[in-house]
Amino acid sequence: MSLEKRSRLRVADLFALGFHGSRARPGRAVLSSLGIAIGIAAMISVIGISTSSQALVNDKLASLGTNMLTVTAGTDMYGKDAKLPLESVAQLKRIPGVIHAGSTSVLEKVHIFRNSEIEISRTGGLSVATADLDLLDATGTKILHGSWLNEATAKLPVVVLGKGTAERLGIQTPGSLVWLGNQQFSVAGILDTSPLAPELNSMALIGSPIAAELFGHTAFPTTIYERSDEALVAQVRKLLPPTINPQSPNEVKVSRPSDALAAKNTIDQAFTGLLVGVGSIALLVGGIGVANTMVISVLERQREIGLRRSLGATRRHVRLQFLFEAMLLSAYGGLAGTALGAIITAIVAASNGWALAIPPAVLVAGIAVTVLVGAIAGVLPAIRAARTSPTAALSS
Amino acid sequence: MSTPIVELAGVGRVYGSPPTVALDNVDLRIDEGEMLAIVGPSGSGKSTMLNIVGSLDRASSGASRIAGHDIAGLNDTELSALRAYTIGFIFQQFHLSDGVTTLDNVATGLLYTGVPKKERRRRAAIALERVGLGHRLDHDPRQLSGGERQRVAIARAVVGEPALLLADEPTGSLDSKSGAVVMDILRELHRSGTTVVVITHDSELAASLPRQVRIRDGNIISDTGRGTTAPTLLEAGKHS
Repeated sequence: MSLEKRSRLRVADLFALGFHGSRARPGRAVLSSLGIAIGIAAMISVIGISTSSQALVNDKLASLGTNMLTVTAGTDMYGKDAKLPLESVAQLKRIPGVIHAGSTSVLEKVHIFRNSEIEISRTGGLSVATADLDLLDATGTKILHGSWLNEATAKLPVVVLGKGTAERLGIQTPGSLVWLGNQQFSVAGILDTSPLAPELNSMALIGSPIAAELFGHTAFPTTIYERSDEALVAQVRKLLPPTINPQSPNEVKVSRPSDALAAKNTIDQAFTGLLVGVGSIALLVGGIGVANTMVISVLERQREIGLRRSLGATRRHVRLQFLFEAMLLSAYGGLAGTALGAIITAIVAASNGWALAIPPAVLVAGIAVTVLVGAIAGVLPAIRAARTSPTAALSS
Repeated sequence: MSTPIVELAGVGRVYGSPPTVALDNVDLRIDEGEMLAIVGPSGSGKSTMLNIVGSLDRASSGASRIAGHDIAGLNDTELSALRAYTIGFIFQQFHLSDGVTTLDNVATGLLYTGVPKKERRRRAAIALERVGLGHRLDHDPRQLSGGERQRVAIARAVVGEPALLLADEPTGSLDSKSGAVVMDILRELHRSGTTVVVITHDSELAASLPRQVRIRDGNIISDTGRGTTAPTLLEAGKHS
């Protein structure tokens, strides 16, 4: 007779059915999707905050440049401290691709004090070093106040302080006098902090000529800072030790400070991984909540299921209806949670002065994951609903 | 010679363990265009019979053919199709969705036939007109009286124009006046060619129908037969 025709449920009608289910009990829908929302909000905000802070580090690295290498003296074959040769900087500048090179040479016996009344032992962890005039360009350090050394002031008792040094000595303006190696030195300028050469922060820098004149210092470089063409960094790095010390290149240590900054960020990411783990547990618990709600809903709606079966719904139609309802319930939570996570990230980013950087893929994935969680959570209730006897509507 | 729409042969239905016999070796034939009452006290097995005739339940023994199909040989999809296109149900408790307009409640009757929503609504409006509720399309079922609700439920059952209409205590929750209106509508549907089976415990109501099948303890104890339905009237109704 009519069995050539099959029961059919349009996709649009299936969607409408799913909406109908959660609209009938809005309070319950809110509560059961709350777990999902909290889970996904936690994950999104953790990822968002970490990517926003990472964006800041990346910005910083980009402005600082990753093309700086530092060279320090290592140890010789016998484990004794080696020295970098006097002409290291001059040699190094001959390597193709090198743009800037500057060095510092620490004066071991000379210390800096606010004035002559301070006890000699209270050096405050500050050190005095000679500096090449190219040092600022090589390290990307900026002058905060006053001016940098020049050919003339390098021969005079004039000092440029790292920011930390200035703070510790209580110097705020150039022109102040400090007590350096039993001698009055005049402060020419104060440096800003340099993320790639943080050791400059606690240094007092003077010219090589005045150091030689007053303290008999021979300026063997302690640290050499070098900048090269971005593309040639690896090549320069290989050439540095044999160029600086052809006899024993093993006594030369080369490092890339930008790597250290990036590594610090990697540690942050490990922490992020942990938090994402916690978020996914919340999501799992939320999923169980949805499954629980749906199981109860199936029990309560035996009559509705029976009625639908009597109207011609197949088991599959009933299964799909409840599965879709679970997915929808979960997706509500996903939408709310994603929005909440984005808001939390925006607040944290704004309060830290970061640019907001949430990868759009994470937002999409957040909602997709919740729909998936809903689909998994809905399987058991949907199967139960489909197994409900069609006679349920009649036995009332 | 009329075609049978329902044929039960030696149908039994046993539930659970220890086994309870709800229906025992029942033979019944209902022809297209008939109107009859299946009458019996509660627990007599009449609801079980309705389930089997409505293809909601399968017999434990015996054979049942509904609209020419052997129920035992149909899978879930085929049974669902049979219910979607051939059988309409009316329940004592109406089973309308609150918060959904009467029009959409009736349109639900076509939901599983894949008819687009607009067309479902159009046909639902016609069905509501037919039960005299053309002016109540936008009402919530909660705003309606019991009799009106049952008429909405009837509209939902017939919106797909099924050949077989099964009504389970259709007047059971209604006062006598509303019940009479509902029965009039069912008679009207019968006149237009639909086979109407009314399940009831009310002998008086049963007596008002052309044929009565009395059932007790899972057995048919009397059947007035289909002689009371004039085939001429039936044929006339089918062509109207």
